[in-house]
Amino acid sequence: MNLTTRMIIVLTAIAMLSGGILAGWDALTKPRIEHHRLVALQAAIAEVLPPYDHYDTVEGDGITLYLALPVEGDSLIGIAFQAVGSGFQGEVRIMVGAEPGFENLTGIKVLEQIETPGLGTKIVTDPSNKDNPLWWPQQFRGVATQPEIVVIKNAAPSAPNEVQGITGATISSKAVARIIGNDLERARQAFNLAAEAGADLYGILQVEQED
Amino acid sequence: MAKQVSLSQEFLKGIWKENPVLASLLGLCPTLAVTNAAMNGLAMGLATTFVLVMSSLMISSMRNIIPHQVRIASYIVVIATFVTVADRFLAAFFPDISKTLGPYIPLIVVNCLILGRQEAFSSKNNIGRALLDAFGMGIGFILVLVVLGIVREILGSGTIFGATVLGAWFEPWMVMILPPGAFLTLGIMIGLANWFNDRRAAA
Repeated sequence: MNLTTRMIIVLTAIAMLSGGILAGWDALTKPRIEHHRLVALQAAIAEVLPPYDHYDTVEGDGITLYLALPVEGDSLIGIAFQAVGSGFQGEVRIMVGAEPGFENLTGIKVLEQIETPGLGTKIVTDPSNKDNPLWWPQQFRGVATQPEIVVIKNAAPSAPNEVQGITGATISSKAVARIIGNDLERARQAFNLAAEAGADLYGILQVEQED
Repeated sequence: MAKQVSLSQEFLKGIWKENPVLASLLGLCPTLAVTNAAMNGLAMGLATTFVLVMSSLMISSMRNIIPHQVRIASYIVVIATFVTVADRFLAAFFPDISKTLGPYIPLIVVNCLILGRQEAFSSKNNIGRALLDAFGMGIGFILVLVVLGIVREILGSGTIFGATVLGAWFEPWMVMILPPGAFLTLGIMIGLANWFNDRRAAA
C-alpha cells in the first residue's frame, strides 16, 4: 500500500471514529443540556417578573417575548424578554421584566457577561456589599423606562427613571441601561405587532385591543 | 529507546521534576485565565487530565499505524474529540462550572501540554507508559492550578472553594482575581520551585 493511500485511510478512520463518538455522546447529553437551558430560562423569567402561573411565548422580529399570565383569565401580569448588547468588554445578555405597558420594569437579571471581575461584575452580584449583594440589579425593580433609564454617578437616585451607577464600573452600568433601553423598544414594537395580528396569534392581546 | 526509566519515575516526573507548568511552562493560557477560584482550577485541571489521558491512550495504541506525515492532524482530531466530550459532559452534569469556564474548556484543544505529550511521548511509547505519563502530567497540572486557585481565591475573595475563611475585617485584594494576580502568583510559584530545586541540587 503506498503512503498516500495509507494516509487517507488512517485519517478517514480516525475522523469516522471521532464522528461516531461525538454523535453518540451528543445523543446522550443533549436532553440534559436542553433541560438545564430551559430551567435556567424559566428561573430567570420568574426572577424578573411578579408571581405568575404560566407564561406564553411570542416570537417577534429577532426578539422573543414571554407573557406572564395568572391561573385563570387573560390579564397580563408582565412581559419578559432578553436584551443583548455590548458591555465594557463583550456581549451582555440580560433578562428584563416589564409591566404590561412597558412603563416600568419589574426586575432584571444579567444572564451572560464578561465584564471586569470585581468591578463590572457587580451588575450581576456585588460580594463586597455583605447586606445585599444584589443591590445593583434590584434598583431596576419599578424603575421608569420613560423617557429613558438614566445612570447617575455619586448621588442617590431622585427621579423614577434613575439608577445609581457602580463606582469604578461606569461603562458597565451605563451599558446595561442602554442595552435595556434599546431592546425595550424592540420588545414594545414586537408586542404591538403581535397585538395587531390579533386573536389567532394570541387571544388575550385581542381582548386588550378591544378594550 | 535511549534509556529505560522505571515506571514509577514515568508517573512521578510530571508531578514535580517535569511539571507541565512549573518546569515546562506549558498550558499557561488556562493556568492564568481560570484560576481566580480554586474550584475553577480544579475543574479545568480535571477536564484537561481527562483529555490528556484519553488522547494518550488513543495515540499510543495507534502509534504504529499513523503515518508520520499526518500525525499532527491525527493528534488534533483525537484531542478535539475528547475536548468536545468533556465540554458536553460539563454542560450536561455541571452546568454552573460549564458556564463559569465558558470558552476555556473548548480551548483545551490548543493546550500545548496535550499536543506536546502526544508528540514527545505517547507516539513513541507503549500504552502503559503513555497512560502513566499522562496521569502524572495531569496530576501535576491539577496541583498547580488548584494551588494557584486557592492562593488567588483567599487573597482575592477571602474564601476557599467558596467557603469563607477570612472574616469581614479582610478587604479582598481585587488585583488577585484579575489577570495581573495570575501572573504575580504564577511567577512567585515558579520562582519558589526553582529556588527549591537549586537549593536541593546544591545540597
